[in-house]
Amino acid sequence: MLDTVIDIVAGTFMIVGCLMSLAAGIGMLRFPDLLSRLHAATKPQVLGLFLLLAALGLELRSWAVLPVLLLAWLLQLLTAPVSAHMVGRAGYRTRHLKRETLIADELAAVVEAAEQREEAEHGRDGNRDRADFID
Amino acid sequence: MTKEQRLKDATDESGARQRATLRQELPLLAGMMLVWGALWQDFAIGNLVFGLLISLVLVRVFRLPPVILSGRFNVWRAAVFAGAFLRDVTLASFEVLYLAVFRGPRTTSAIITVTLRTGSDLLVTFVGHVLTLVPGSYVVEVDRRTSTLYLHVLNVNDEAGVEKARASVMMIEERLIRMMGTKEELAELNAEKSAPGKEHGETP
Repeated sequence: MLDTVIDIVAGTFMIVGCLMSLAAGIGMLRFPDLLSRLHAATKPQVLGLFLLLAALGLELRSWAVLPVLLLAWLLQLLTAPVSAHMVGRAGYRTRHLKRETLIADELAAVVEAAEQREEAEHGRDGNRDRADFID
Repeated sequence: MTKEQRLKDATDESGARQRATLRQELPLLAGMMLVWGALWQDFAIGNLVFGLLISLVLVRVFRLPPVILSGRFNVWRAAVFAGAFLRDVTLASFEVLYLAVFRGPRTTSAIITVTLRTGSDLLVTFVGHVLTLVPGSYVVEVDRRTSTLYLHVLNVNDEAGVEKARASVMMIEERLIRMMGTKEELAELNAEKSAPGKEHGETP
């Protein structure tokens, strides 16, 4: 009886976990620009991995594997935000974004001020390409 | 690390960094030892001691800048935080699923500025990590000197959404300060809560 219940719970976790990975894939295809696609790459798959690892833990029924599963998830928690930050930062700096999808851009004013300061200090250096790259 | 040290470290471009003392590295060593045990699936004393030796060699060879802990850790707050985190990450994931399927290319977002209360590198990093996983945002740019985060927030449709996103980040920081902030930060937070009407996190 208990085994059946655990099997059902683990099965549900696996299906929802796979659904989350699917959500990440759909998000990659459907979101408008690089910056919003990064959201699909970080949130649903972290939960998806958690659910799949939880299902594994339930099915294997061994205490020895629990620390490994926990470690795998913790490493994912630590690395996903860092990669999102690095890609997002590079994407913003190289203007891989669609500005019309942004309601507000409070960083633009800061960048503008920094550029003006730079120009005042070192003089204008050649042509500055201000065009956004839209894929 | 005092504020002056932090500023100096942030502006220092010579590449020379402060080094951590053995005492500051204790939590790191304990963590590495546990990772070793987890990887071998063996938590016997002998294996753990060997893991500790390897960790000691590693932190000597690959020097890291010191991570300054506050010396405070509230276990109950940590449990509350973990529960809220699991709930929020579930909600955020289903939100992204919904947006991806039904809104797709029409999804709008915003880049917002949030100035945190804390001055600790560790807490700023923690807030950055948690907010990436939880309410639908991630860090685009950081200003370490002023603890300012520039975030990209998904699904913001108007000015009210911007303020809501800012408030949710301040909420995450509040939970983390209650869990592991310094006594001073906690006292400041409590003072701020008991004096309503004072707004934090506004754009400078």
